[in-house]
Amino acid sequence: MISLSILEAGLVNGLLTGGVYALVALGLTLIYGVLHIVNFAHGSLLMIAMFGGWMLVSWAHLDPYAALPLMVVIMFVIGWGLYAGVIGRISGGDDRRILLATLGVAIVLDNLALVLFTGDTRTIETPYQFAVVEAGPLLLSVPKLISFGVAIVLALLLWAFMALTDTGRAIRAVAREPDGARLVGIRPGRIFALSYGIGIACLGAAGCLLLPSFYVSPQVGNVFVLTAFTIVVLGGMGSFPGAVVGGLLIGVTESLGGLFLGESLGPIGISLVFILVLLFRPTGLFRAAR
Amino acid sequence: MTLRTTTRRSTLAAGAAAFAGLAMPAVLRAQPAGIKLGLIHPVTGPLAFSGNQCRIGGQMAIKDVNEAGGIKAMGGAKLEALLGDAQLKPELAASLVDQFAEAGAAGFTGCYASSLGLAATQAAAKYELPFSIDSGVADSLTSRGLANTFRLFPSASVCVNGAVDELEGLNKQAGGPVKTAVLVHENSEFGTTTANTLKEKLPGIGIKVLDVMAHATPTRDFTNVVLRIKEQKPDLVIISDYLNEYVLLIRTMVQQRVPSGIFSVFGGGFSLKFAKEQNEISEGVLDFNNWWNTKAPETAAFRKRLDAAGVATTYEVFFGYYAVKLLADAFERAGSADKKKVIPALAASTFYPDMLPYNPTKFANGQNEGAQGVGLQVQHADVKVVWPEKFADAKAVFPRAKG
Repeated sequence: MISLSILEAGLVNGLLTGGVYALVALGLTLIYGVLHIVNFAHGSLLMIAMFGGWMLVSWAHLDPYAALPLMVVIMFVIGWGLYAGVIGRISGGDDRRILLATLGVAIVLDNLALVLFTGDTRTIETPYQFAVVEAGPLLLSVPKLISFGVAIVLALLLWAFMALTDTGRAIRAVAREPDGARLVGIRPGRIFALSYGIGIACLGAAGCLLLPSFYVSPQVGNVFVLTAFTIVVLGGMGSFPGAVVGGLLIGVTESLGGLFLGESLGPIGISLVFILVLLFRPTGLFRAAR
Repeated sequence: MTLRTTTRRSTLAAGAAAFAGLAMPAVLRAQPAGIKLGLIHPVTGPLAFSGNQCRIGGQMAIKDVNEAGGIKAMGGAKLEALLGDAQLKPELAASLVDQFAEAGAAGFTGCYASSLGLAATQAAAKYELPFSIDSGVADSLTSRGLANTFRLFPSASVCVNGAVDELEGLNKQAGGPVKTAVLVHENSEFGTTTANTLKEKLPGIGIKVLDVMAHATPTRDFTNVVLRIKEQKPDLVIISDYLNEYVLLIRTMVQQRVPSGIFSVFGGGFSLKFAKEQNEISEGVLDFNNWWNTKAPETAAFRKRLDAAGVATTYEVFFGYYAVKLLADAFERAGSADKKKVIPALAASTFYPDMLPYNPTKFANGQNEGAQGVGLQVQHADVKVVWPEKFADAKAVFPRAKG
C-alpha cells in the first residue's frame, strides 16, 4: 500500500521531472511542431549539447549554469550550420529527404561521440549536485527545481518571440505558406535555418540544466527523445505552453505509473494518456501558434 | 619495329622470373588458412561502453596469439576477427551469428549481455559452432544443454551464492547489524535472475527481503524507487543493474539521504572510475562482482598495456581477452578448427586464466566450475578486493562507515 506522503512526493517529483522533459520538448515543438521537420537528430543534438556542457565544466572549470549561455550560442550556431550546410541542401524541401537527412545526421553524431568519448558514462561534480530544498517530508532536488523554473521561463520567451516579433511571424508564415511568404520577401531557407538553430539552441540550455543531476553518454539523447516527440504531439504541435503542460503531464503520469505499477510497467501510463488525449483532442491539448 | 635478341642471360632471367611466378602461388598455398572468429558485442546503444571493452579484450587476445606465432598445431594459422555490433537486440545477435557462420567463422565470443548471449548461442548451436561466452552471467546460458556453449567465467548463481556467503560472513563478524534488505534490479534476464536468487537465499542467512523493485534500462529517474526504499527503512539496499542506472540510483539515494548501506551484486557502474571520480558517493560501497586477480604478477603488465592504449581497466577487457584465449587453446589442442574436434577440446579444457581470481578450471556442461566472483569495496577512492581471503588485498569495512 502506498502511503499519502509517498504519493505526494511522487506527484511533486513527477512535476519536476516533467520540467526536464519540457525543456527537451520546447526546441522540438518549434522544429517538429511549427516547421514539421521530423528531427531524428534531436536526441543526438541533446547529447552533443550535454557533452559540450560537460567539456566546459570538466576542462574549462565553468559552472554548468555559467556554461549555459555559451552552450545556447554554440548550439544555435551548430543548428544553423547543420540546416544551412547539410539538412537543407540534402533535402531540397522534400519532407522524406529531410527525414532521411536528420536520421543521417543522428547516426553520424552518435558514432562520432562514440569515437571521441567512447561509450563511457560521465558525470560532473558540483557543490550543489546533492542539494535539496526541504518541503515538509519532501526533499526537492535543487538542480531539478532550477530546470523546472528555466523550462517555464524559456517557454514564455519562445511564445513571446513567436507571437510578438517579426521574425516569429515570419517563421509562422513560412510554416503555413512558404510560397506566399516568399512573395512578401521572406526567404524560407533562411527562416528554416534560423528556426532550426533556435530549436537546437534550446537543447544547449537543456543540456546544461540536465548535467548536475544526470549522466552523459553517447546514448543519452535516446533516453529523452521519444518522450519529447510524445510531448510535442500531446501538447499540440508547435505550442510552447503545450510542450510545458505536456511535459508536466507525462512526468506526473510516469511517476505515478511507477508508484502504482512498478518502474518496469509504469511507463505504460504514458502511452495510455497519449492515446486518451489523441482520442478526445486529436490536435493536442493546446492550439499551435499560427 | 624493335628486334629483340635472345641471349643466354636473358633466357636465364626469363626462366627465373617464370619460376618465381610459378612458385609464388605455391608459397601462398603453403600459408595456413586463417581462423575466423566472430566477436559479437553491443558496441553501440546503452551497453556500448561495456560491449566495447569486451571487444577490445578479444582483439588484444587475437593480436597476442598471432604475434606469438598463431595456432602452432595448425602450422601457425592466424586468428581473424569478424566484428559484429548486436546493439541491444537479441535478434540482431542471432542474425550476426548466421552472417558470420556463412562467412566461415570457426567459433564465436560474446555477447556481454545475457539476453544477447542467449540468442547468439542458440543460433550458433544450429551450426554446432563453438561459442565462448565472455560476460553474460545468466545461468540459462549454459544450463540449456547446448553442447557448443562454454563459459570460462562465473554464472549469476555462482556469484550470488558467493555474495550471500560474503554477506553472511561480514554480518556475523560485525554482530549482525543487517537484518533487512530491499532488492533493486534491472528487469532483463541478468537482473531478474540475480534478484530472484538473492530473494530465495537471503532469508537463509537471517536477512529479510522487504521488497523487490524492478526497473527498465534505461530509467530516467529513480526518485520514486528511492522514496519507496526510504519508507521501508532497510538496513541494506542490494542493487543489480547496468552502468548508467547504477550511478543514477546511488546518486539519488545520496541526495534523498537514504541511511541504508549499499551492497551490489554485479553493480554495473562499480569500477575504478566510480571509486575515484565519484568518491563522495562511492566510498564504502560494497559490490560482489567479476574482477581480476590483483595479486597475479601478469595483471600489472596487462593494466599497463591498457593504460598505454588509453583503455579503462575493467573486468570486461579481461573477459573478452580470455574468451578468445580459451578458443585459441582449444584450436591448439585439437590441432584443428574443425568444430567436431574443437568442442570436445573445450569440454576437456583446463585452460587457466592467470589474471583472474579463480580456482583450477574444470568444465561441466559448458560451465567452468573453478570460476568465481569476488567481494569488492571502495576504500580511499580505490577498489579493493575484500573477499575471499585468498585473493583479498584489504579488509572489508562493514557496516559502511557513515560519511
